[in-house]
Amino acid sequence: MSGEQHSGDRRTAAEKSDFKRELTDVVPHLRAFARGLCGRPDLADDLVQETLLKAWAAQDRFEPGTSMRAWTFVILRNAYLTDMRRNRFRGEYDEGVAERILTAPAGQEEPIHLSDLHRALLTLPAERREALLLVGAGGFSYEEAAAICGCAVGTIKSRVGRARAALSEMLASGAIPRRSSGDDVAHSAILEELDEVAAGNGVSSRG
Amino acid sequence: MASNDGHGGNAGAGDESARRRPPEWADGLKQLYDSVVEEALPDSFKDLIDRLDAIPPARGRDSGQ
Repeated sequence: MSGEQHSGDRRTAAEKSDFKRELTDVVPHLRAFARGLCGRPDLADDLVQETLLKAWAAQDRFEPGTSMRAWTFVILRNAYLTDMRRNRFRGEYDEGVAERILTAPAGQEEPIHLSDLHRALLTLPAERREALLLVGAGGFSYEEAAAICGCAVGTIKSRVGRARAALSEMLASGAIPRRSSGDDVAHSAILEELDEVAAGNGVSSRG
Repeated sequence: MASNDGHGGNAGAGDESARRRPPEWADGLKQLYDSVVEEALPDSFKDLIDRLDAIPPARGRDSGQ
């Protein structure tokens, strides 16, 4: 064990250990965000590992006292967008999501299951999905979500509103892609949207 | 659609409210998220975190990545 830390590092050993502890603490949240974004648990975890390594490498750019969760989510979403452009994710979702009944709307024969919600979520365009995940699942404010996505607060509000409307529509009508069929359709829609996102409409994925 | 059987009194406000208020499935998003947060962390993450100290932070290449 050679514990010398002085060779060019800007941070003290204490700061580095604080950073590492905070980074460790957000791993479960990174996994949850990644799972929501890309669906398949193994790919999501790969994405989180990639994110951790990138965050570690960039630790000098983290401002102590600010939100580690928000900071790492930015890294994760950029890694996700990059991977999506390389077609690493192919419309597969988590077959392990519990078939738990989420809600049983009056006048509807079939109750809504958690897995229905998850599949419906994965059909949303990437930027609406991430906005809804950040606000509706991660508990970020609109302002925080806007900072993470690098866009205006109004844009986030609009994306969340559209995402909610689309999910409500899908869940109410039962028009949710079934397992292992119809996914290609849903996913190609996501990829189309990503091309737009990647082209610079709304997301700064430079660098 | 005229049936109004009082099922869930908070849900009868009409479609207009859907835009302002989280829909009834909204809790499911939190459930999906929280269920992953609460999972035991796979060993691969513990291994990675243990290895981090051996990886020097990026130096002199602040731009570009």
